[in-house]
Amino acid sequence: MIVDSYRFLPRSFRPFYEGRGPFPGEESPVWAPFEKRLSASRIALLTSAGVYIKESQPTFDLEREDANPEWGDPTWRVIPATARPEDFAFAHLHINPEDMLADPEIALPLRGLAELVDEGVVGGSVADHVAVMGYQDRELEDWRRTTAPEIVAHLREQGADGLILAPA
Amino acid sequence: MPVLARWIEAAGIPTVVVTMMPAVAEERRAPRIVGVEFPYGHPFGMPHDKAMQRRVLELALRVLGGAASSGTRVDFDTEWPVPLREAYKSWQPKVPSPIVRKLLEARSQAST
Repeated sequence: MIVDSYRFLPRSFRPFYEGRGPFPGEESPVWAPFEKRLSASRIALLTSAGVYIKESQPTFDLEREDANPEWGDPTWRVIPATARPEDFAFAHLHINPEDMLADPEIALPLRGLAELVDEGVVGGSVADHVAVMGYQDRELEDWRRTTAPEIVAHLREQGADGLILAPA
Repeated sequence: MPVLARWIEAAGIPTVVVTMMPAVAEERRAPRIVGVEFPYGHPFGMPHDKAMQRRVLELALRVLGGAASSGTRVDFDTEWPVPLREAYKSWQPKVPSPIVRKLLEARSQAST
């Protein structure tokens, strides 16, 4: 089956995504070989659903986005692998969070990954996964300069052998 | 998100993007892509459908661990179990996002 990438997108949004080609300066292939067995690897997850921990973390700045619709909060959050579904909140103005609140696994499968670790399919999970808010300004300048290097440093510190990113 | 994946990959950490828009991830040259024909906000599937979520996660791991070259794309072979019209409506925010609101305002000004 070939996935229809625009099935759920309002038709008038399609030109914002389709046929735009590579991001400027990001034309050539990138590749980091995955060298270990999965069963000996530590895996990290990254969601762009604007997840944060209600009790201990600030929300993403939606007020500033509301005042300046071309801008999106470029910061990131650490999500402990042990977080419970009731710990999560979602800050994202472009999607309805109801289903994610009902079952955060659809955006950030912490328990699903933990099960695969228990079964020995995957060697391990990092202690702290990553959350961003996916709606960003078009140039991605803050992500490029600050957020991406910080996330890379975090993933190295966590000993991540590979990362699964899931856009919201 | 595909661009973020590229930056992380370029720093030496292998990545796979599980995405509702695999064609866009391909255009953006994400190194490994799993396409899912699911509504936005649901990259790993239906709420409380553990079996479906697990199959997506397993496919993501298989592509992460087994893809042989940059640009590898594998699509998840499962149709969304909710009728299109309903699913199309239910993923969207109750209030239009600021950018959509701005575009709608611009359009209505242009037509008056």
